[in-house]
Amino acid sequence: MRYIRDSLSQIFGNKPRRPSKAEQPPELLEIYQGKKGNLSKADVEAVRHEHHTGCCNKWQRRRWITLILVNVLFVVSYYFDVQLLEGALTASRFVGFHMADLNSALQVALAYKHIVLNLVIGTATVFIMWLLLGGRTFCSWVCPYHLLAEWAEYLHLWLVKKKLIKNHTFNRKVRGVFYVIFALLALISGYTVFETISPTGILSRALIYGPGVALIWVGALLLFEVFYSRRAWCRYVCPIGVTYGVVGVLSPLRVKYNAEACHHEGDCRKICMVPHVLDLTVRGAAHDVNQDVGADCTRCGMCVDVCPTGSLVYEFKGLSKLL
Amino acid sequence: MSDMTTKKSQAKRPLSPKRKEQSRREFLRSSVLTVGVVGVSLLGIIPVVQGTSIRLRPPGAIKTPFDEQEFFASCIKCGQCVQVCPVNAIKLADLEDGFGIGVPYIDARTQACDFSCDGLQCVLACPTGALTHHLDYPADTRMGFARLARPRACLAVQGKGFKGQARGPDYEGLLRYDEVDRWNPISVADHPYDLELCDLCVRQCPIEIRITQCAEKAKQAEASGDSGKIARVAEQHGNECPPKHAIVLEPFELPNGETRMKPVVKEGCVGCGVCEMICPVESAAIVIDLDKTTDTLGG
Ligand code: SF4
Ligand code: SF4
Ligand code: SF4
Ligand code: SF4
Repeated sequence: MRYIRDSLSQIFGNKPRRPSKAEQPPELLEIYQGKKGNLSKADVEAVRHEHHTGCCNKWQRRRWITLILVNVLFVVSYYFDVQLLEGALTASRFVGFHMADLNSALQVALAYKHIVLNLVIGTATVFIMWLLLGGRTFCSWVCPYHLLAEWAEYLHLWLVKKKLIKNHTFNRKVRGVFYVIFALLALISGYTVFETISPTGILSRALIYGPGVALIWVGALLLFEVFYSRRAWCRYVCPIGVTYGVVGVLSPLRVKYNAEACHHEGDCRKICMVPHVLDLTVRGAAHDVNQDVGADCTRCGMCVDVCPTGSLVYEFKGLSKLL
Repeated sequence: MSDMTTKKSQAKRPLSPKRKEQSRREFLRSSVLTVGVVGVSLLGIIPVVQGTSIRLRPPGAIKTPFDEQEFFASCIKCGQCVQVCPVNAIKLADLEDGFGIGVPYIDARTQACDFSCDGLQCVLACPTGALTHHLDYPADTRMGFARLARPRACLAVQGKGFKGQARGPDYEGLLRYDEVDRWNPISVADHPYDLELCDLCVRQCPIEIRITQCAEKAKQAEASGDSGKIARVAEQHGNECPPKHAIVLEPFELPNGETRMKPVVKEGCVGCGVCEMICPVESAAIVIDLDKTTDTLGG
């Protein structure tokens, strides 16, 4: 229950609530207590070094491959007319099965005020799919804008490091505001207003049906993210992310945090696209020894890759016990 | 949602002046961001209001001649209609169409819909009903209405014939020529004509072609004394006989008393655009009007 409540609250922009000592179980307090003063900077550095010389970026590699494969599948299906994955990310048919992006379907339903059966089927299929695979997994494993934004983010971070630019943050609550505004606009105007500027739809169509003027808008968004605000679209605007975040609240696929091994050095929070979900890794902020990361998490696995102590791992609720 | 409650706990802790200034700026920035992004998205209404987003739409598009609101609302911008069309007639609109971004349209002069898919594949492919599923046959379609816009340019009116490739050797458009290949459209450039009097618009009109085929079938059936077969043929082809003519060559008299022929558009025209596409003069003598359909003739 707390997971659901905290996840929703985070998705709509609230700061995670820090538990009081009384709320934390004694084992956890003991763990925190035991770490006090026991880890020198040099120790942390050593563990980090060892971790980084081994493997790395396992999940990032897998994720990029998956994301590219899914999008290439759309393109290939059209160009070679193999009926595998027809349509675009907004709505498609996978070997004949209808699929519809939840947010696009919502926009159409609100604007048109009428849903045909195929759209219901498509929406239900996608809903169930992301219910199992974790909602915002869509963002980091499928959305083509995510990949471009990820690269833009590296550029942004490099420029910040060089002290050439500064990052500007926004209040995270605006994303919820955008969500409501775009839903209302569709309902009142009768047009799917958000689709006009959705970089996800624009990019997907550009890949499949050829580039167009609309890519200028996507370029503008990327420039904004590179020079002004880190990962701004996904963090503060995109209603698609909100929709899938809410679906992910009920999903069994999560990233699990274990407080015991954690050094609280914060490498994970530095690379995370939605770092507020990792606030629980701050010393004293967890509710439990083992706690699941909130549903605004895109399950990208960057933190799993980067964590030198293996405190963050993927978990499939119920299944992990069986394995 | 009760997520506004955390505000209180923040308010309890007095913020340092610096933090206060920071959060004030963040609030301002966020407001500007909201207004900016929503503003940009609303710019999309301009082409709609100006009417520049109105285009020839695929068969079954739910719209009235001047009001495409319902069509824009119901289309999920997926392009599944684009993917099934055997002549690649359907394109998706770009950002300059504003709210119409991603909705399908047909540029008839470049490539018209000639119904070579038989069963209105685009209609069947559409997941949202933006192309209404109430359409069974090409003759039910209401895309627009053809008009001889430049009669003096029309070769038939001039009494001229036509020889060669209808749109020149570089033209890439496709048409299905039943006599060449029943199932696959071929390049128009690969199918030169030699006509004593140009009647390309009539000759290639899919509605007229179908009417001719039906008439032939009926004649055959009659000859074999089995008139019940026509219906079955129609079912087999999923391509019912059109009830009305779309375009015919009719004689008219010049002031000097000479008799010439000219294409006359009839009630059965569905606005598919093939006549505009095939017309060999530059620019086409016959065009499709979007503000008229068989149902709203003159409207
Ligand atoms: S937040 Fe939106 S744009 Fe970003 S990855 Fe998710 S769906 Fe794509
Ligand atoms: S009816 Fe057939 S030929 Fe015409 S646009 Fe649709 S798919 Fe293409
Ligand atoms: S198939 Fe339907 S929903 Fe998809 S683009 Fe075509 S008209 Fe729009
Ligand atoms: S006359 Fe009408 S139905 Fe015939 S080709 Fe022209 S637009 Fe199509």
